[in-house]
Amino acid sequence: MTIASCPISLPAKDRILLGHGSGGRLSAELMREVFLPHLGNPILNKLEDQATLELNGRRLAFSTDTFVVKPLFFRGGNIGSLSVHGTINDLAMGGAEPVFLSAAFLLEEGLEVATLGKIVKSMAEAARAAGVDIVTGDTKVVERGSGDQLFINTTGIGLVREGVHLSAANARPGDIILLSGYIGDHGIAILSEREGIQFDTLLQSDSAPLHTLVRNMLSTSPDIRCLRDPTRGGLSSTLNEIAASARVGMTIDETAIPIREEVRGACEVLGLDPLYVANEGKLVAIVPPESARAVLEAMRHHPQGAHSAIIGTVTGNNPGMVTMRTAFGTTRIVDMLSGDQLPRIC
Amino acid sequence: MKYQDEYRDPALAQSLVSEIHKQARHKWVLMEICGGQTHTLMRYGIDDLLPANVELVHGPGCPVCVTPLETIDRAITIASQPEVIFVSYGDMLRVPGSQSDLFRVKALGGDVRITYSPMEAVNIARRNRHRQVVFFAVGFETTAPANAMAVYQAKREGLTNFSLLVSHVLVPPAIRLLLQSPANRVQGFIAPGHVCTVMGYSEYEALASEFRIPFVVGGFEPLDLLQATSMLVRQLEAGRHEVENQYVRSVTREGNRAARQRMLEVFQPWDMKWRGIGEIPLSGYRLREEYAAHDAARIFGLSTTSVAEPAECIAAQVLQGLKKPTDCPAFGKRCTPDLPLGAPMVSSEGACAAYYQYRRHALTELQTV
Repeated sequence: MTIASCPISLPAKDRILLGHGSGGRLSAELMREVFLPHLGNPILNKLEDQATLELNGRRLAFSTDTFVVKPLFFRGGNIGSLSVHGTINDLAMGGAEPVFLSAAFLLEEGLEVATLGKIVKSMAEAARAAGVDIVTGDTKVVERGSGDQLFINTTGIGLVREGVHLSAANARPGDIILLSGYIGDHGIAILSEREGIQFDTLLQSDSAPLHTLVRNMLSTSPDIRCLRDPTRGGLSSTLNEIAASARVGMTIDETAIPIREEVRGACEVLGLDPLYVANEGKLVAIVPPESARAVLEAMRHHPQGAHSAIIGTVTGNNPGMVTMRTAFGTTRIVDMLSGDQLPRIC
Repeated sequence: MKYQDEYRDPALAQSLVSEIHKQARHKWVLMEICGGQTHTLMRYGIDDLLPANVELVHGPGCPVCVTPLETIDRAITIASQPEVIFVSYGDMLRVPGSQSDLFRVKALGGDVRITYSPMEAVNIARRNRHRQVVFFAVGFETTAPANAMAVYQAKREGLTNFSLLVSHVLVPPAIRLLLQSPANRVQGFIAPGHVCTVMGYSEYEALASEFRIPFVVGGFEPLDLLQATSMLVRQLEAGRHEVENQYVRSVTREGNRAARQRMLEVFQPWDMKWRGIGEIPLSGYRLREEYAAHDAARIFGLSTTSVAEPAECIAAQVLQGLKKPTDCPAFGKRCTPDLPLGAPMVSSEGACAAYYQYRRHALTELQTV
């Protein structure tokens, strides 16, 4: 019997899939088709990692992020420290000094109070180390089975530096692309502790606050065009977002991208591409060519940027497309993934 | 990375490339069989380095791609049942069936889990005795031994709640089909290194002498593929048609006997439908009678229905190396990895998806000129 139906995958519009949270094309589609039509306004429409607001002559950066991570504790951090660093970094990418944070907890019935205590303590330490205060918050408890132990939302406010106007839309042909260090550490550290995949590694998450690195960079050169932290979706998604937003092309150099041996090895075994693996303590900077050297030096003098590198240039070719010069001198596309990166069979 | 960077050395690559340029005096069409090899070629842009008279076409070696729609639909039906834990390699989840895909089943409450190993699925069956654990056993000869081992172990332990939904395909029958086609253009093959690690390469010797066509067993790194190409060109220019082994660090003529033996205890060759190509005699495996109690297709009593592919898709020609993905009018427009029309676009190992992911720029450059 032949059924006359087409094997067209249904456009993922009827149900939320895990891929909608991956930071790839499905996430962008949700934004474009569900959120922006109802909520769109000139500030939100810019789709930066933070909103920049003018209030009584001061410019504020305002950002929110929700953290769901499994396992809750991993080498190099836990969901608590991550939730503080993540929002600080979203503010910092707008050129802001983070000042205040809120924290909201969604707890699953049955969670051990001691576990929560450890996480909150680590949030406090992370906030103190970064010089921000957590000044308001909320707690909700859901029935067992309705959540996965614990989710955290943090929201932050920061003060944007005078004279600084960072936006992905600012990138223009000729600009230089800088990266603040090794990519893929966070994603691989988390994967290595996930049920069913576990493997031995000393690799630690790179979870860290980046605002003091940004401070040094902007003091050196306030004309930086754009800063982004390549979290979920990895370096490739971030570059694709910038290329799309500024309608420019980008060419990166495979041999210039810092990737640790352990990350490359794990990615080979798992069939993943490090360009799509998440980071929690790295940034990408788009800088005018005349400032690139100075900014790179400033980055390398900061502990969070010791392994910074120039990884490519912004071009006028193929607007919206990121290409990579391989070690063999050939060129290939670095595409945005549609959903999560899936391990290949062979 | 040790043991890997040696095979990605740009200077060595360059010297192999100049060797191929010197050797190739005639026009040759070569095919790499395995999707993993296609992926490497695209990812590193290897085919851009070759002279214009050496053309690489891409074979049907993407198991995800050639898994029939009917089998995907079966998987979806099984995975949707509440008592089932459905376990699969990750890239099968995205493959669209005629109505849905496994990601959607998961979103609707189906218990669908990703694993890297069928033994992990056996572990899940041990821990969940009251539920049916079904592993989606997909792949070429490469994954067959591990899948065979899993069901062998489950039978030995009396894990009656463990079964396989089998969709295994075999390389040599597919090559035979390509070579028998009057439209065939392929003059030499890079044989799949992982498959040959298990199977050895003696079965390719029969094909080489019958069809007077050279084979080189090749690895998956850029230098492997360049060296295999060079070896093939040398054979072709000298008028030889032998089976040579480039991937000596992994492959022997006999292959892995223990793995093959376990595989043949569990599976038997069977006529198999390949998505985009059609039925090929004895080109797949099914579970032997002794393992009927662990055969998901029998346990769940699913009938075989056949599902039509969209007419516009030229998968059959792409999978046989007769056309390039970019020859298809739907490529990159009506057919993308998000909305694949057919087999070679559904997994990153498929030729169309590899072109889409890595090589689209060549197209846009052409368009802007």
